[in-house]
Amino acid sequence: MARLKLFLPLIIFAALALLFWRGLSLNPQDMPSALLNKPVPQFSLPQLAESGKEKTMQRGDLPAKSLLLNVWATWCIACRVEHPFLNKLAEEGVPIVGINLKDDGAEAQKWLEKFHNPYLFSIADKEGRLALDLGVFGAPETFLVDAEGVIRCKHVGVVDDRIWQTKLQPLYQKLQQQPWDEFAGELSDSLLARCR
Amino acid sequence: MRQTSCRALIAAALCACLSLAALAAVEVEQLSTPELQARYEVLIEEMRCPKCQNQNLAGSDSPVAGDLRREIRRLLEEGFTDREISDYMVARYGDFVLYRPPLQRNTLALWLAPGVFAAIGLVVLIVIVARSRSGSGARQDDASGELSEDERRRLRQLLGEDENGGKRQDD
Repeated sequence: MARLKLFLPLIIFAALALLFWRGLSLNPQDMPSALLNKPVPQFSLPQLAESGKEKTMQRGDLPAKSLLLNVWATWCIACRVEHPFLNKLAEEGVPIVGINLKDDGAEAQKWLEKFHNPYLFSIADKEGRLALDLGVFGAPETFLVDAEGVIRCKHVGVVDDRIWQTKLQPLYQKLQQQPWDEFAGELSDSLLARCR
Repeated sequence: MRQTSCRALIAAALCACLSLAALAAVEVEQLSTPELQARYEVLIEEMRCPKCQNQNLAGSDSPVAGDLRREIRRLLEEGFTDREISDYMVARYGDFVLYRPPLQRNTLALWLAPGVFAAIGLVVLIVIVARSRSGSGARQDDASGELSEDERRRLRQLLGEDENGGKRQDD
């Protein structure tokens, strides 16, 4: 008993060291999306187009296939970095729908003309209502949506080759072949954890 | 006279600048009733800005915090209860937005740990106090108690006295 007491400080030290060591590998920025595995919220917003030609878009207007929902804006510098990669994905046939967040319509169109338009269409979310319903807190953010319109993966920040290949593409390819429920059980926990 | 009024003017201008900086994140817009305004101020104190980790909505001037404040004002004016508003925010941004996390399975440790540690501390304190009381009591008994016959003999030996009381030196 007296021996054990002697080792008590060491035991406490070891326990604390373990706790703090684990804390080092946790990410305080990690903010799991509340929208994961929930359908894309309802919206009714104009399409980004020349004035007079804007069509009002709704959730039902999203194509019924797995696609990327990408939040972007001309004021967002990281979006400019991400843009060439989105162009590449679009060329490869990945459907991308844009959400143009709190932006000037004319500026946004100029940007698309200048840097090429990777989007099937962009939704002009001037007040950020749809973004708020999606739990977006900045740009760029990208959602992987399945054919039923359910959000299956979220990425905060720039989507580049590495993120695409390790995080989004594996799910995207599977979603093209079969519905989510048929393969979700086989997915690795680490991939699912990264998708939040 | 002229100089003092000039100084006062400069001081006033400086004060105005300072207070402007302090109010940077506060909207000019007021809610329709003082009750709503009071509830609004409590809500933005207790909700966390999703973009800037360690600030609440009241203290942050990031765009998303502004959006969320505007949304809370709108919901308050539409008659939502505080509970409904916090549910609304949690549905979009997760429990992350709450500075006061709800009591649920994954927050159980968070809520119970302080109580558990306080209880452990209390038990340790009681044990230490009880032990030191009984321990010091025993020592006092020893000190005030009479010496036994064995102890007397040993004491005499140590003091260099022989059995019949005379000193060995005298021989």
